[in-house]
Formats: sequence, structure tokens, C-alpha cells
Amino acid sequence: MIAIIDYGAGNLFSVKNALDFLGLENKITKDPDDLRKADRLILPGVGAFADAMRMLNESGLVEVIREEVQKKPLLGICLGMQMLFEKGYEFGETDGLGLIKGCVKLMQPEGNLAIPHIGWNELEKNEPCKLLEKCGDAEYVYFVHSYAAECDSKNVAAYCDYGMKVPALVFEGNVYGAQFHPEKSGETGLNMLRCFAEL
Amino acid sequence: MLAKRIIPCLDVRNGKVVKGVNFEGVKDVGDPVELAIQYNKQGADELVFYDITASYEGRGVMLDVVKRTAQQVFVPLCVGGGIATVDDFRDTLRAGADKVSVNSQAVKNPKLISDAAEIFGSQCVVVGIDAKRNGKGGYSVFINGGRVDMNLDLGDWVKEIEERGAGEICLNSIDTDGVRGGFDIEMLKFVCDRVNIPVIASGGCGAINHFSEVFEQTNSSAALAASLFHLGELTVGEVKDYLKKKNIPVR
Repeated sequence: MIAIIDYGAGNLFSVKNALDFLGLENKITKDPDDLRKADRLILPGVGAFADAMRMLNESGLVEVIREEVQKKPLLGICLGMQMLFEKGYEFGETDGLGLIKGCVKLMQPEGNLAIPHIGWNELEKNEPCKLLEKCGDAEYVYFVHSYAAECDSKNVAAYCDYGMKVPALVFEGNVYGAQFHPEKSGETGLNMLRCFAEL
Repeated sequence: MLAKRIIPCLDVRNGKVVKGVNFEGVKDVGDPVELAIQYNKQGADELVFYDITASYEGRGVMLDVVKRTAQQVFVPLCVGGGIATVDDFRDTLRAGADKVSVNSQAVKNPKLISDAAEIFGSQCVVVGIDAKRNGKGGYSVFINGGRVDMNLDLGDWVKEIEERGAGEICLNSIDTDGVRGGFDIEMLKFVCDRVNIPVIASGGCGAINHFSEVFEQTNSSAALAASLFHLGELTVGEVKDYLKKKNIPVR
């Protein structure tokens, strides 16, 4: 079972729809026991870093997540990906989960490109990653975000180019994070979810 | 670099996709969920459902269509038509839409744009505009499906839309809509020059070369078409293959 972590931030149903469509057993939950019983975790998120971290802290699930990622894969999506890092700088400095080294800052693309970065952008593969096993060399995925991760290239499975190099898919051990929305990225995104279920 | 988006628009009345809204005789062309699945397979980058029922019962039927589509189609869904309040935004997003498009009501009550952007985020607020040449070298904004002239200058309106935090503008030219002679390049340029948010071109597409024209000659981020796709004259896939050959970045 894949536990979709419900801590009060964001649209969980599109993730659930995608997993249901793929025939992958899943549950939207805030029960720590479900997180322990699950064989995979998904941390979704829409909104602002500080708010979402506050809600996650108040949910009491942070410690369970930290323990469980020692044993099973976790996929953070969009803001859920950003929260995997050590710090975020949206509305002041906020501690993240610190599962991947790095921080999250407002994007400053060259060439007067609009923020937020919204739309289909091309993945440029970097480090080999199991989530990209079914993904070709230049596939497009769907992004909606204004902040981006700054981290070591060794943790980046794929970048995209938006007037700057944006870490699109990151990983460290059991922990994976997609800045884009795999659940809104057509067949390419569904394939990544399939790979996540096969880890 | 971002891909240019191709967006089929489905006009939905009482749960059925119809064509010929702007002409006499509205015909059913099919089940919206089935059509959405087809367009998704063809490579549509986003789908727009436009509710032309605009009645209380119709609204529920529409939300059901959105819900069923979101269970089977995994690209962004935008829903418009009859959106008047923040609650309409909430209901539509809850049903599974990723974006909500508002048109006449935003002109009547511009605060709706800023309220929705603040609560749900700019990314899900699309403002649709129907505009027409005013005979004085500028453009005027119309509402109620292009029937009522609001004496509102298009340049002023698009700036206000951006300042209020909308994520995108969908610009429909009344002058070219239904004519199928191509998108309104002039009007699109006028708007793209004035805002930094993405502009979706709508109205006038009648042939495959109109898609390359609009991307080569304007900064539009996306092109929307309806009957061309519903009538099976072109598939989204054919349009994308054509654009690729023209070196326009598409997914």
C-alpha cells in the first residue's frame, strides 16, 4: 500500500486518481500506523513552504516519516519535494525535513522569464535514477512552481532549463522528490509512478 | 525551454460536448469524458471544458464530467463558464480541475481575480477575454459571450488582470472567432507586449498553418481550438508533428 500523507496542504486527489488509474493500492491518511504499515510513502503539497512545514509539524508525522524512510521509499511531489531539503526561504527561513542536503529559494531565471514557472518543460537527465527507467531522453513533464532547490548535482536525477538549471527530480537513498507533477504529466509521469511502485 | 501548448476546448451543454455555439443549430458531438480521453491520447497538453449550460443543474452535471475526466486523464484540466464566486472556484477545483477560467464575472467584479489568486494560487486562475476592434485603433472588452460592450480598454484590462494575480490570460478575438482565417495575430501581439503572464490564443483557427503562424509571430504560450479537433479535421498529434518540423518546441 502506498500512503499518501495528508497533513492539510494541497490537492491529494489528483495523486490518488493517478495511483487508482494505475491499479496501485493507496490510502490518503494522517494515521502514523498507516505510514508504518505502508510499503511506500508519497508526500504531496501545494502552497507555501512555511505554512506546509508548520502543518506537517503539527500533524505529528515528522518523526514517523524520518523513521520510515530508513526502511521504505518516499516520493515528495512539488512542495512535498521542496520540504525534503534542509531549509526553505519562502516567507522567511524555515527548517525542512532535511532528508536531502540543500535549500529552496525563489527562482531567479535569466531573460525576464515569468515566475511562476508553469507549463511543460523538458527533462535533462543527470545522475542515473530508477524512477527514470521508463523515461526517454527528452521527455516533457508539467511544472507549477516559483521556488526551486539548490543542491549537489549528485542528488539530481534530472534538471530542466528555465533561464536557469532547475533540479526537477532529486534523490538520496530511499528519498525521491519531483519538482513537477507526475500525476499531471501524462504517460511520462504515470511511468515514473509505476517505477516508484516497483522500487 | 517551455513547450508551446496545444489545447482542445470542449464546449459542454448538459453533459454533452456541442459544436456550433456561435452559429445556428447546436449539435451534440459526443461524450466529454470520451473526447477528453481521445485528446489526451493524441497528446493534448491541457484540456478546457467550457460550460455553456450556465444553470444550477448544469453546474452539477459539469462537475461530474470534470470528476470523471480527472480519474482518467492526467494532464491539466481547465474549467470555465458561469464561474462567479470564490465558492465556484473551490467546487470546480475540488472536482479535479487544475485551473478555473473566469470571464464576464471578472469584468463585473475584478476582485474575484485577486480573491481567487490569494486563496487558491495564481496558477489556477485563468482570465478569459472576448475582445473586438473598437474602430478607433484600439480594442474593447465584451462580456456575455461577446454580446455586451463594456467600454473597457483591452490594454488597461490585461494589466489589471496581471496585477490582480491571474496566472494566465486566454484571449479570444471576436473579430476572428468562427471565421477560421487564423488567430488574431495583431490583437495577440498587443496583449503579449503588455503582460508577462502566459497568453493563450483563441478564436479563428481553421487550418494547420495557423498554429505555426501564431507561435512564430506572437509570444503566445498556447493555442486553443475547438471545432477543428471535434470535427476530426486535424488531430492534436498532426498539429504537433507539423510544429516540430517548424522547429517550434512542443511536447
